[in-house]
Amino acid sequence: MPSLSMTINGKQVTKDVDPNTLLVQFLRENLSLTGTHVGCDTSQCGACVVHVNGKSVKSCTMLAVQAEGSDVTTIEGLAQGDELHPMQAAFREHHGLQCGFCTPGMVMSAVDLLQNNPDPSETEIREWLEGNICRCTGYHNIVKAIQAAASEMRR
Amino acid sequence: MPENGIGAPVRRREDKRFLTGKGRYTDDINRPGQLYAYFLRSPVAHAKVTRVETAQAEAAPGVVAVFTGQDMAADNVGSLPCGWTVTDRHGEPHKAPPHYPLVRDKVRYVGDHVAMVVAESYAQARDAADLIEVDYDELPAVVDTKEAMSGTQIHDEAPSNLCFDWELGDKDAVEQAMSQAANVVELDLINNRLIPNAMEPRAAIGDYDSGTDSYTVYSTSQNPHLLRLILCAFVLNLPESRVRVIAPDVGGGFGSKIYAYAEETCCTWAAKKVGRPVKWTAERGEAFVSDAHGRDHVTNVKLAVDQEGKFLALKVDTTANVGAYLSSFSTCVPTYLYATLLAGQYATPAIYANVKAVFTSTAPVDAYRGAGRPEATYLIERVVEVAARQLGMDPAELRRKNFIKPDQFPYQTPVALTYDIGNYEASLDKALEMIDYKGFPARKAEAETRGKLRGIGLSAYIEACGIAPSAVVGALGAGVGLWESAQVRFNATGTVSVMTGAHSHGQGHETSFAQLVSEKLGIPYENVEIVHGDTGAIPMGMGTYGSRSLAVGGSAIVRACDKIVEKGRKIAAHLLEASVDDVEFKDGQFTVVGTDRSKSMGEVAFTAYVPHNYPEGVEPGLDETAFYDPLNFTYPAGVHIAEIEVDPDTGITQIVDWVAVDDFGRVLNPMIVEGQVHGGIAQGVGQALLENCVYDKESGQLVTGSYMDYTMPRADDLPSFRVGMTVTECTHNPLGVKGCGEAGAIAAPPALINAITDAIGEEIDMPATAEKVWRVCQARFAQAAE
Ligand code: FES
Ligand code: FES
Repeated sequence: MPSLSMTINGKQVTKDVDPNTLLVQFLRENLSLTGTHVGCDTSQCGACVVHVNGKSVKSCTMLAVQAEGSDVTTIEGLAQGDELHPMQAAFREHHGLQCGFCTPGMVMSAVDLLQNNPDPSETEIREWLEGNICRCTGYHNIVKAIQAAASEMRR
Repeated sequence: MPENGIGAPVRRREDKRFLTGKGRYTDDINRPGQLYAYFLRSPVAHAKVTRVETAQAEAAPGVVAVFTGQDMAADNVGSLPCGWTVTDRHGEPHKAPPHYPLVRDKVRYVGDHVAMVVAESYAQARDAADLIEVDYDELPAVVDTKEAMSGTQIHDEAPSNLCFDWELGDKDAVEQAMSQAANVVELDLINNRLIPNAMEPRAAIGDYDSGTDSYTVYSTSQNPHLLRLILCAFVLNLPESRVRVIAPDVGGGFGSKIYAYAEETCCTWAAKKVGRPVKWTAERGEAFVSDAHGRDHVTNVKLAVDQEGKFLALKVDTTANVGAYLSSFSTCVPTYLYATLLAGQYATPAIYANVKAVFTSTAPVDAYRGAGRPEATYLIERVVEVAARQLGMDPAELRRKNFIKPDQFPYQTPVALTYDIGNYEASLDKALEMIDYKGFPARKAEAETRGKLRGIGLSAYIEACGIAPSAVVGALGAGVGLWESAQVRFNATGTVSVMTGAHSHGQGHETSFAQLVSEKLGIPYENVEIVHGDTGAIPMGMGTYGSRSLAVGGSAIVRACDKIVEKGRKIAAHLLEASVDDVEFKDGQFTVVGTDRSKSMGEVAFTAYVPHNYPEGVEPGLDETAFYDPLNFTYPAGVHIAEIEVDPDTGITQIVDWVAVDDFGRVLNPMIVEGQVHGGIAQGVGQALLENCVYDKESGQLVTGSYMDYTMPRADDLPSFRVGMTVTECTHNPLGVKGCGEAGAIAAPPALINAITDAIGEEIDMPATAEKVWRVCQARFAQAAE
C-alpha cells in the first residue's frame, strides 16, 4: 500500500492507503471525517464537494492518491473554532438546509463560487449549483443564503 | 409569548451540526468488528430462479457468509407485510402474495434480492457477488400499468395481476347525474411514476449482542418504532423488548423511508448468524431500483357540469400500479388516501371512484410525498381547468362558484371525509391578488411580442393530514393505530427532555417542538431538548409521514405538558399553602389567584425531585407521558398559481412566477413552514416538468436508473417562490394546526400543467419535457401553416 501525505483542514496527514481508494473514502473511512457525504455513484449530486488547493472538487471523482501533497479543506475545516464561516452562518440564518445531507457539499461549492465571483446574480448562483442536488429545500433558501453571504463577505 | 415560542421564526438548532459536518447519519456510524453486506440483485424483471450456486463466492477472499432465500426459509423468516388490508368491491381482502426479504423461487423485478454476501470489506462482498451463479428461467416482463391485467401472471395468488378492485361513492347517483348533465368533461390522465430520491441513500447496521440476546438496528427510517414492530412481529419473530431501533440523523425521506425493507431485515437477521455487526449502505443505483417508487396511476375522469357551471358529479376510473410486491402501506395510498380526497375544495354532490390495483414486474410502489393526495388533486384540478376552457368560463371564477363555502363547515363529502374547517375563497383571493391575475392578459400580450407563449395555471388543492383516528383507520383496514406519543420529563435542575415518537429527517422538530414546550411550560427555549429516533429512549411512536408530526405528535406533547402543569399545581399549592383550585399557571409561574404569591416552574420541578416539603399522596418526580389519538384528519388547503413562458422554438418552459397561498392552520415556526412549501413545490415541479421513471416495456429494465437518466430538479430549473398564508385553525386538535409537509408537492403539478396547456393550447402529459412541448408547438405551427 502506498503511503499518502496531504494537509487536511490545516493538519498534516500521512496514511497507507489502497491505491484505488477514492478521496471521499479516504476522508470518511480512513480519517473519520464523515461530514463529506456520498449521494450518488455518477458524480452528479455534489454531496461530496471539498476543496483541493482552494478549488471545489467532487471527492467521489478523484482518487486519494491524486491529492498527494495537496491542501484539502472539508466542511469540518471551514469554521474558525466556534465561529461559523459566513457561508455557514448564512445557511443557518436563511434556512438553507433541511435534512442537511446535501449541505456540506452545497456550502463548499458556494464558498468556491464567491471566490470566483464575489457578487453573483441569482441566475449565476443557480447555474453554479448545477452540480449540487438538494431534494429538500427547492433551492430557494440556498440561493438566498448565498446572496446574503456574498454581501456579508464583500463588506 | 416567550421570545422563542409559538409563531416565532426561530433559527434551527440542528443546523450547527449539519453545517459543520457533525451530523450523524447511519453511514457515519461504524460498529466494532463490523462486516459489510452486498446484495446480489436480479438483473432480469421476471424469472424463475432454478439454481443459486454460492460455493465459489463463499470461498472468495474476505467472505464470511453468503445467504439465500433458502437459508432464511430454514430459519422461518417471514414475509415483509403490508400493513393495510383493503377490502375490494366484492368484500374480498386484497391479494397479498408473500414478499420474502431474499427471493425463494422467483424474481419479480430488476433489483429484487437474490442473495446477500457478507464480507470483511464492502469491496470484497461486492466482488464475491460476481461469483454467485444463478440460473434464471425468464418470463415476460409486465411493466405497463394499463396493460398489466393482460400480462403474464406474476404471483400465483393474483390472477390477472389484480391486487384489488375497489370502489368508493355512489355509482348510481353519479351515473344518473352524468346522463342528465348539460356538459360532461372527460380527460384521460397519467400520473407519472416517480423515484423519491432522498439525497441520503438508505443504509442499515444490524448489531447482535449474544450476552443479552438483543439487537440494535441502525436504520435510515422515518419511523423506528414501526420498523421494530414489523421486524419483530412479522418477519424475524423476535420480542420487541430485545430489539432497539435507532434512526439517527436521516437525510430526507419523503415517504421512501417509512417502510420495512429487505435490506435492514437481512442485516438484522445476519448479524446473529455471523456473530458480528453487519452494515449495508445503498449505492445510488440500488436506491433507484429498490426504494419504493411513487404515483403511477392511469385515470379516466368525467366531470358533469350544469349550464351555470355548477359541478354535478365526478366519476373516476383509475388503475394504480403497486409494483411487484406490496410495500408496507402501498394499498392505502391509491384508496383511502386518494379517492377520499376527490371532492377537493368543491361541493360536488355525487362522486364515484373505482380503483384497480395491479401487480407489475417493477419495484414496489408506496407513499411518496403527498401519497394519493397529489394524484387526486391532479385529476380534479386538471378536469376543472379543462371544464372552464370548454365552457368558456374564467377558471378562477368556476372554482369559486363551486367551492365549499365557509358556512358549510363541518362539511361531509360524498367520499367519507368530514372537513372541519376552511376558507377557500380567502386563499383564492389572496393568490389572485399576489400574482396580479387581472394583469395577466397584458403580460401575455407582451410575451407574444418576444415570441413567447405565456400561460397561467391555478390549482386549488386540499389535503388530509394527520392520518387518524385509529378507530376509523382500523375499520378501513389499517393494521396499526395512528396515534402519537410524547414523554415530557423535567430534570431536577429545571431542564426538560422531550421524547417524541415523531421523527425528524429535515423537518426541524428539535427546534419547533422545543418552541412549543417552551411556550406551554413557560420555560426558556434553551432548556428544552428534543429526543427522537431511538426506540430505546422513546416510549412509543408512529413516526413521521403524512404531514402528521405537529398535528399528532405536537398534540401529544401538549397533552403531556398539560399533565405536567396539573401535577405542578398540586406541588405549588402545597408550597404556597393554598388550595389547588386557587392556583393558576401562566407564563411559567404558579400563582395563588388574586395574590402575588407564586412559585416558578423551576422551583416546582426541583421540589418534585427533592421532595422534603411535599404534598401527601403525590408521587415524586415530574415526568409525564401522553398518547394522542386525533379525532379527525386535518385539512390544509390552498391555492397555487404558476405563470410560465414557453419558448416554442426550444420547447423550454420557464417558470416566471409562482404564488402559493396555503392555510395550514396555526403556524408554529413560519420559517420552517415556508421551507416545507418551497421543497414541496420543487418536487411537484419535478414531477410536472422533469422526472419520469421509465421501465423498458420488453425487458423490464429500469431505463432511468441514475441521475444521468432521471432528471432531478436542479437550482436552475426552479424560480424563487412567493409564499402567502391564510389561517383557519383546525377545530379538533389542541394546537389548531393542520400540517404543511406535502402541500407543495400536491398543489404544484396541476398548477404547472394548467399553465403550460394554457400557453400551448393542447393537452400534454407529465412530465412536460422540453421535447414534448416542442413537438406540440411544432405540430401546431404546421397545422397553422396548412
Ligand atoms: S457523491 Fe454524488 S457527486 Fe460525489
Ligand atoms: S437539505 Fe436535504 S438534500 Fe438538501
